[in-house]
Amino acid sequence: MQKYSIFNLVKNALSNHQNWDLAWKDPTPKKEYDVVIIGGGGHGLATAYYLAKEHNITNVAIIEKGWIGGGNVGRNTTIIRSNYMHDDNALFSEFGMDLWRKMSQDLNYNVMFSPRGIINLAHSDAQMNVYARRGNSMRLNGIDAVLLNREQVREIIPMADFSENVRFPIFGGLMQPSAGTARHDAVAWGYARQADSMGVDIIQNCEVIGFDVSGGKINGVRTSRGDIKAKKIGLCVAGSTNILAEKLNMTLPIETHLLQACVSEPVKPVLDGVVTFGAGHFYISQSDKGEMVMGGDLDGYNSYAQRGNLPTLQHVLTEGIAMMPFLSKLKMLRTWGGIMDMSMDGSPIIDKTHIEGLYLNCGWCYGGFKATPASGWTFAHTIAQDRVHELNSGYSLNRFNTGHLLDEKGLGTKTWIS
Amino acid sequence: MLYIKCPHCGMRSQNEFSYGGDASVKRPELNKEVSDQDWDNFVYNRKSLRGKHWELWQHISGCRQWIKVERDTATHEIFRTLKADEEISL
Repeated sequence: MQKYSIFNLVKNALSNHQNWDLAWKDPTPKKEYDVVIIGGGGHGLATAYYLAKEHNITNVAIIEKGWIGGGNVGRNTTIIRSNYMHDDNALFSEFGMDLWRKMSQDLNYNVMFSPRGIINLAHSDAQMNVYARRGNSMRLNGIDAVLLNREQVREIIPMADFSENVRFPIFGGLMQPSAGTARHDAVAWGYARQADSMGVDIIQNCEVIGFDVSGGKINGVRTSRGDIKAKKIGLCVAGSTNILAEKLNMTLPIETHLLQACVSEPVKPVLDGVVTFGAGHFYISQSDKGEMVMGGDLDGYNSYAQRGNLPTLQHVLTEGIAMMPFLSKLKMLRTWGGIMDMSMDGSPIIDKTHIEGLYLNCGWCYGGFKATPASGWTFAHTIAQDRVHELNSGYSLNRFNTGHLLDEKGLGTKTWIS
Repeated sequence: MLYIKCPHCGMRSQNEFSYGGDASVKRPELNKEVSDQDWDNFVYNRKSLRGKHWELWQHISGCRQWIKVERDTATHEIFRTLKADEEISL
């Protein structure tokens, strides 16, 4: 594989960039693989990469119905953080933060990881207490957390509404300075390029039609491009998990919901890190191009439509304007939607299943992007070793049966209440 | 914007309603032996169908009644609405 470097850039400039290698091939599916990963999104691509890199399993195929990186990894708000309170979430995410820091070097692909910090705003004394507790929990797990008072927040984000008589005054906030953003498409492409170079077949435009299961064991998958045999199959299909689960006669603790995001016209640099509104559900950052990237609540009903409705967008942006009034002057550049695999406790599932050789990676709710490297790493471990890693042992499928829920937000099973 | 025909009030905008989830889920009967699996299916496990989906909505800013709505989860088209006590006929 051609290494991306300044030397190669100059060399290829001399031939007008006509001689670069393809970043990944377009192979015809083989009859059999050691492992088949279904879903060519961030998590699927990362899983294949770590299977090859960490476990020397390279006879792997990724099969993707559309094109790689065309789902949620290509339509998120790129936020990376590990500001969780529960140990299982915190240790898993912080492990991921380490992978994020090394990712551009590791993949020889600039994913533009930019740790500029995230601030969760607090709007009451009670909320400050809750954030102090969360911050302390984070620090006990080795994650950086800083509790900011009103004046400290004002220094960082003076454009927020600090006037008197606002409905939700800013009391302070909890900051994770090491959080940030990354270029989401580059993450998918970087993993794809490296996985491909180690021998993984990336098979696009290949839809799963059914599974070949006999005697409680998985034998292969039936696709629109022919049958593919494999002793191990990993499901990494986010919002489409229930559709494939139905083909396996499985009913999962997952509902598929719609989440929207939007960007404004590009403006000069105004906001450095990521800021979230504490009295509702709204988050904002500024992209390198200058667009304000914003998102918030789910649309609030089961949906497989990758497009949203106006009432939710209006509600979310109302919160944004309450927090940062200057947003009302901006024109909207575009809005879009994606479908989220909402689990019943808000935490993901990375586990084996009752079918031997079938592995499940789902339930990322609207927090899947930041988990891409850690999810791929632990899922690859789970598949390769046929046992879960300590890091994803809390993300078991049977926790709903045993009562070991990971309810970070304390919302219970009403996934549509954001 | 979704428009939902409340069986009590007529056609109203989505803004007046709140969502209540899958209407096909049945609570296990009282005073009978309930297996763990039955409880799991009631509390957690969902089919989350792509296509026609019966679901509960509450006309929270209207008559406050719970209703059943048959809606396509891929296109958002709404086919039928029923009062809460009317049985779904498939």
